[in-house]
Amino acid sequence: MKKHDIKHHLSKELLLAYSAGQLEEGFSLAIATHISMCDQCRAELESLEAMGGAVFENLEPNVIDADAFAKTLALIDQMPEQTNVVHKTTELPEPLADYVGCDLEDIDWRPIGMGVKQKILVNSEKVSARLLYIPAGTAVPEHSHKGREVTLVLKGAFKDEIDYFGPGDIELADGDTHHTPVASDEEDCICLAVTDAPLQFNKLIHKIAQPFLKI
Amino acid sequence: MLVETKIRGPEHSLVSRVYAIDSRNIESKEIVSSDSSNKKLWAELIKKVDTLKDTSAFEELFNHFAPRVKAFLMKSGADPQMAEECSQEVMATVWRKAHLFDPSRASASTWIFTIARNKKIDAIRKQNRPEPEQLYPDQDYEPDQEAVVELQQETERLTSALGELPEKQRILVEKAYLGELSHSEIAEITGLPLGTIKSRIRLALEKLRHAMM
Repeated sequence: MKKHDIKHHLSKELLLAYSAGQLEEGFSLAIATHISMCDQCRAELESLEAMGGAVFENLEPNVIDADAFAKTLALIDQMPEQTNVVHKTTELPEPLADYVGCDLEDIDWRPIGMGVKQKILVNSEKVSARLLYIPAGTAVPEHSHKGREVTLVLKGAFKDEIDYFGPGDIELADGDTHHTPVASDEEDCICLAVTDAPLQFNKLIHKIAQPFLKI
Repeated sequence: MLVETKIRGPEHSLVSRVYAIDSRNIESKEIVSSDSSNKKLWAELIKKVDTLKDTSAFEELFNHFAPRVKAFLMKSGADPQMAEECSQEVMATVWRKAHLFDPSRASASTWIFTIARNKKIDAIRKQNRPEPEQLYPDQDYEPDQEAVVELQQETERLTSALGELPEKQRILVEKAYLGELSHSEIAEITGLPLGTIKSRIRLALEKLRHAMM
C-alpha cells in the first residue's frame, strides 16, 4: 500500500497488550496491519518489546534437560532452509492479505444495507474482524458500541462528528462512543473494523437483521 | 559432552559442526569473560549463527537463553514437559531466523523474547497471531555499527530502569509480559521510560527503509 501521512495512531494500551501477546486475534490483525503501514507505531511496539526483553532477561532461569541442546540441534537439522522470498500477491499489507486472500477489488462482499457491504475475516466468540465497504458520501448506519472497536482505514476516508480518518489511520471507540461515520465524497471507503462485542445499529431493521448478518 | 550426542546425518549436517567445536569454543569463552554485560556479544553470536552456521556460538546462546525461555513458558502456564519441548523449538527458531535479527533495532534478549512470546500464543493459547510485515533490506545491508552499540547500551539502561521503577509499577510490568494482567489492568501501566530507545529504533527504521528503496 502507498505511504500516507498517518495522523491517528494506536494507543499505548493496545500496543502493550499486543507486545505482551495478550490481544485476541481480531485486534492483533488490526494492530499488525497498521504497524505494517506506520513506522512510528512500529518503533513504539519494538520499544515495548525491549521492555518485554528486559523482563525476560531478569527471569530466574529454569533447569533444562541434559540432552536439550542435542535435541535442539536435531530439530534444526530437520528444518527446511529459510529464504527471504516474499509471497506478496496483493496490494494489501501482508498480515491482512493472509486473511483476505485476494485484492480489494476481488472481494466477495455481502451487502448489509444502504449500499454498505462487508466481508467477515475473523468471527470468534469474543472478537470479530470484518472489512467494511462504504460508498462515497454514504453514512455508516448510526451505531453505538457495547465494547471496544478498532477501525483501520485502508482506502478512501471517513469522517465523523469529531474527526477525519484517511488511509492508515486508526479510530478507537469504546462503549461511550456514539457516532455516525460518513465516507468522504471523493472515494468509496474500505476499512477494517474489529469489535469485541457485536455492533449495535440503532435503526430497528438493523437490530432485527443483526443475528443473521453477523453485524 | 557434545561429542556424545546421538545426532546422525550426512557430513555437511550438524554432526561435523558439532565435532569441530572444541578449539573455537575456548576462544569465544574468553570473549564472554572479558565483557561483563554481554549484550553486544549476544548480538554478535547471533550474527555468527547466521553467517557461519557456528554451532559453538549457538551453544553459548543456548546455555544462556534456553533456561530463560523455559522459565518464561512455565510462568505463562505451560507444564514442565511442554515448556521443555517448546523452549527447544524456540531455540531452533533462533537458529533458523538468525538472518532476520537486526541488532540496530533489538537486543538478543528482546528478539528471543518475541520468539518465545509467539510460541506461547501458538502452543499454549492456541491462537493465531497476525504479525507485522517483515522488513527485508538488501542482502548487503549492514546496520550502522554505532547504532548497534547505542541500541544495545540503551537496552541495558532499560533493564536497570525496570529495576528502579516503584515496586508496585515494576510488578505490574512483569505481570503484563507474563500474561497475568487483564486489558484494563494493562491500561494502568504508565510512564514506562521508553522515549530514548523508541527514537533510536525510529532512526534505525528510517535507515532500513532507505536501504530497502
